[in-house]
Parts: sequence; structure tokens; C-alpha cells
Amino acid sequence: MLKREILDPQGNAVAAALPRLGFTFANSVRQGKRFEIEIDGEPTSEQLADVEKAAEVLLSNPVIETYVVRVEK
Amino acid sequence: MRVGVITFPGTLDDRDAARAVNRGGAESISLWHADADLKGVDAVILPGGFSYGDYLRCGAISRFAPVMKLVIEAAGNGMPVLGICNGFQVLCESHLLPGALTRNSDLHFLCRDQEIEIINNATVWTSSFTAGEKITIPLKNGEGSFQCDDQTLAQLEGEGRIIARYVGVNPNGSRNLIAGITNARGNVVGLMPHPEHAIDPLTGPSAQGMGFFTSILNAMVN
Repeated sequence: MLKREILDPQGNAVAAALPRLGFTFANSVRQGKRFEIEIDGEPTSEQLADVEKAAEVLLSNPVIETYVVRVEK
Repeated sequence: MRVGVITFPGTLDDRDAARAVNRGGAESISLWHADADLKGVDAVILPGGFSYGDYLRCGAISRFAPVMKLVIEAAGNGMPVLGICNGFQVLCESHLLPGALTRNSDLHFLCRDQEIEIINNATVWTSSFTAGEKITIPLKNGEGSFQCDDQTLAQLEGEGRIIARYVGVNPNGSRNLIAGITNARGNVVGLMPHPEHAIDPLTGPSAQGMGFFTSILNAMVN
């Protein structure tokens, strides 16, 4: 996700489009990215650490973005 | 003097950058993203375009190209490096320059002749200009909005590391109208608008972009 202090023009455009469709629930919208990475079996702690590293080095830009790693089955 | 111009898959402006280098009086050397060799160049230009299709984030994948490892190393040793547009994005992703370039505030791809003011003429890429000089060169990008945190911004302002600002209405939401910045040492410069497209009135809005390419020659000769 873009950090709070970073301008998010795409999120703002979505926020502006919602009320035009009658959806009036949103105070604001922030847009992010999601990567689905498949592995075999349960991730080991080493694999999780590698994913964290990849998230920091490549998948996100820590200058403007934050990331969360989540394991799903 | 030899100035390398890097071509990544998806780079567009390498030919114009090479032409500008040659017209400035240096010899342009083509470098390929997969090269593990800088061919003995004295300076490097990362031109504009859409390297690796802008996939993931602009410049994010180019940063890991084999040639970039050498560029990052050489920049650390003081080699002059200029990143224009996509090249600026690559330099930020490589952490050679602070901040990041994000989507234009109005979400539109902009292509226009843009007036900018040269703020810092003490870098190897801007010495041909006078401080406060206003030039008009093309601006053409979708992700040209310079963003950074408050501390970085204060540091850039305080250390005189903003090399150029947009004149007039902010075209893309860049903080403090930033069009270009330099690193602390002054050898690495990133610039969003395109001086290489403004070296001849026949094909550009002016020939005022030429100063970036004569600056580097002066820096090397002196």
C-alpha cells in the first residue's frame, strides 16, 4: 500500500467515482497491489523470511509503500 | 570523452540521447542492459521510455539489470550519471537518488513543452546553465510526480539538491515543483522532462536542452 502521506491519485479517482454510482459510504479510498505467490506445502520460516525480503527489495518500494505478508491455504 | 547511453528493453529515447551527446561534442557509446561491461565510458545516461514495460513499478525491474550493478558501483565512485524520465525513475528505484516518481496527480499522461527553472548549476550536468535560467523542453510521462517524505524534502531543499523546478502551474503534483534533483555529491542527476528532445528547433521546442550535454563535456575537460 502507498504510505498515508503519499498522494494516491488512483485512489482519489475511485473515491470520486463511487458516489457517482450511488455508493456514498466512503470517506476516502487508497489503492494498493496484491501479489499471490504459490509454494508447495506449508512455508518454512526460512521461506517466509525470503518472501519478506523479496517484498522489501523488489515487490514494494519502501520509500513510498508499506507491505504485509499473509499466508493463506 | 565517452558517454554511455543505456538501452533497456522498452527504452525509447536512447537514440535522441545519443544524438544529443554527439552534438554536444562527446562520443556516445551504446550500452545494453544485459552488459556486464561499461566499455570504459566516462559518464552514463539512462534515457527515457518504458523499460521492462513499467511492470511492477517504473524502473523497479531495470534496477536489477546486470549493467545497473556497474552503474551503481561507478556512481558511488563519482562517475557522472544522468537519468532522464524513466532513467530518473530507475535512479530512484536504485536508491542512487531519494524519493520516488508516482502517477501524475491528474492521472493523465502528459506530453507538452514545459518551462523549467534551473536552480542548481553546480552539478556536472547543469554547469552550462546559469542559476535561475528558464528553459523550455518537452515533458512526457504518466508517472512524473516526485514524492518523498518531509525530512527528505527538507534535506533536498536545505542542501541545494533541487536542480530544476517546474515554472507556473504544477504539471503533475510533484512536491515543491521538483523537476530534477541531484545526490549529495552532485554527480548523479535525475530529471523528469527531456533535454535530449530539445537540442534543435527543427525537432523540439528549443535547443535549450543542449546545456545538459555540453555541461558534462565541460566537467570532463576541466
